[in-house]
Amino acid sequence: MLSIRHISKTFYPGTANAKTALDDLSLEVARGDFISIIGANGAGKSTLFNAICGTFLTDSGAILLDGQDITLLPEHKRAFHIGRLFQDPLRGTAPGMTIEENLALAAGHGGWISTVSKADKKLFREKLSLLGMDLENRMRQPVGLLSGGQRQALTLMMATIDPPKLLLLDEHTAALDPSAAEKVLELTKRIVAQQHLTCLMITHNMASALALGNRTVMMDRGRILFDVSGQERRDLTVPDLLERFRASSGRALDNDRMLLGTDE
Amino acid sequence: MFTTILGLGATALELGLISSLTVLALFLSYSMLNVCDLSTDGCFTLGAAVGAVVAISGHPYLSIVVALGVGMVSGCITALLQTKMGIDSLLSGIIVNTGLYSVNIAIMGGASLLNMNKTETVFTKAKTLLSGTFMSSQYRLVVVILFVVLALVLLTWFLKTRLGLAIRATGNNPDMVRSSSINPAFTTIVGLCVANAFTGLSGCLLAQAQKSVNIDIGTGMVTIALASLLIGNTFAGKGRNVPLRLAGAVLGAVIFRLVYMVALRFHMPAFMLKLVSSVIVIIAIAGPYLKSQFPVLRRRLVHRGGKEAR
Repeated sequence: MLSIRHISKTFYPGTANAKTALDDLSLEVARGDFISIIGANGAGKSTLFNAICGTFLTDSGAILLDGQDITLLPEHKRAFHIGRLFQDPLRGTAPGMTIEENLALAAGHGGWISTVSKADKKLFREKLSLLGMDLENRMRQPVGLLSGGQRQALTLMMATIDPPKLLLLDEHTAALDPSAAEKVLELTKRIVAQQHLTCLMITHNMASALALGNRTVMMDRGRILFDVSGQERRDLTVPDLLERFRASSGRALDNDRMLLGTDE
Repeated sequence: MFTTILGLGATALELGLISSLTVLALFLSYSMLNVCDLSTDGCFTLGAAVGAVVAISGHPYLSIVVALGVGMVSGCITALLQTKMGIDSLLSGIIVNTGLYSVNIAIMGGASLLNMNKTETVFTKAKTLLSGTFMSSQYRLVVVILFVVLALVLLTWFLKTRLGLAIRATGNNPDMVRSSSINPAFTTIVGLCVANAFTGLSGCLLAQAQKSVNIDIGTGMVTIALASLLIGNTFAGKGRNVPLRLAGAVLGAVIFRLVYMVALRFHMPAFMLKLVSSVIVIIAIAGPYLKSQFPVLRRRLVHRGGKEAR
């Protein structure tokens, strides 16, 4: 499905600030995989997502999506097949436009000079009612009036209204209050299951990294430290994860946020 | 006396409506795309010069089409500079504006003034067409209203289409446009093309209405139009109701001209127009900012006086 082959990326090469954010990284993702990605700050998790989405071009290596080489494709063209949610709930929606207009843009139905059809409006209402946030009755209100949780739920809906081949979630619940985070995570699980999406999710919460999905990948210094799935993963506990990090990287995991997240 | 006032009102309305087409252009570039298009002055003159030359050569209707076309080309160049060549959006507007000065003089055959006293224009055509009807004395106003209504209908529809929505989102959140599989560079190019077509038309109509083009016809137009736009905003707000905001922009342009006309009656010299428009823009943009800064400023002043209550 997604095949990442030996990609590397160094920022500010040749300067004192040179930083190798991705170091000869390879990853094979099968159709229907739901992979949680964990790692310390600066491990290259978001950089990996940026490379997949085309925010920048990698220095070397290749990225294939569903057999198609997308290594050199510009960001907006990759977006046909890749949906992405950011930690910041404001990034995925246009605040000055109504819910309906945001959805119309995301759905992308019709030609350039077509207006939103009745069928589309009906579809949007149905989809919004699935969120259970009463947004279907607020379609003509600007998105700027919504709460962070509502905006993130809407962004999730927009990213999946035409099921993407790949869904990337970059700590998409981390900036929300606990109850909203739980709700959005619940929606994520439901939509991913219903549409059989292939999904990569960055999280700082090790417990939910093990609880969600079918595979867990730990990254460190632009590389994949370990990649567990199946029975091995089911037997894994959070202290095991910390121990394996120490064993693989030769140092203790010192990310406060991740450690604090362990007892949740 | 009464007829004088009425006549002045009609002139103000006419000039206001003609410049409202430029205001609509800025609505698209400044309010929607979030790009301050400083090529507006040159593009306005370009429309006026091209419109005049084509009309003088005997094609009054064609002059409108050509003015729209050259405006579009000018907008396209400004947009390409900022989206494909890495030139800052303000700078690319200034560069195009400067280049257009030479282009405009070249179009006017090396002269800086063209006279259209005996030229057939859309206005003289309308005069012949309307002679004998009750509208015959206000033929210029009729033509201008026709164009503005057409522009309003077109823009209202355009901003509802998928392309229009994408243009609105580009100024709002370019990240979101990209994730909707649309290239924000493309929407910026289309938006600036459409906007500058309106600017060109606006210049063409002004030249034909006053029967002459001067190379300075567009100088300061961007500030005047911005002032009108901001006046319009105070009426129509900055909400999501696009048709209302478009109408507000037109209203702003007319009010600006009316106030200016009244000021002239009270013996304000005509050359003050540009200073007045500058001051309006400063007040409209700096006002809300200063207002938000006021509480901090007041605390500082009180603190400096040593009287801050604890």
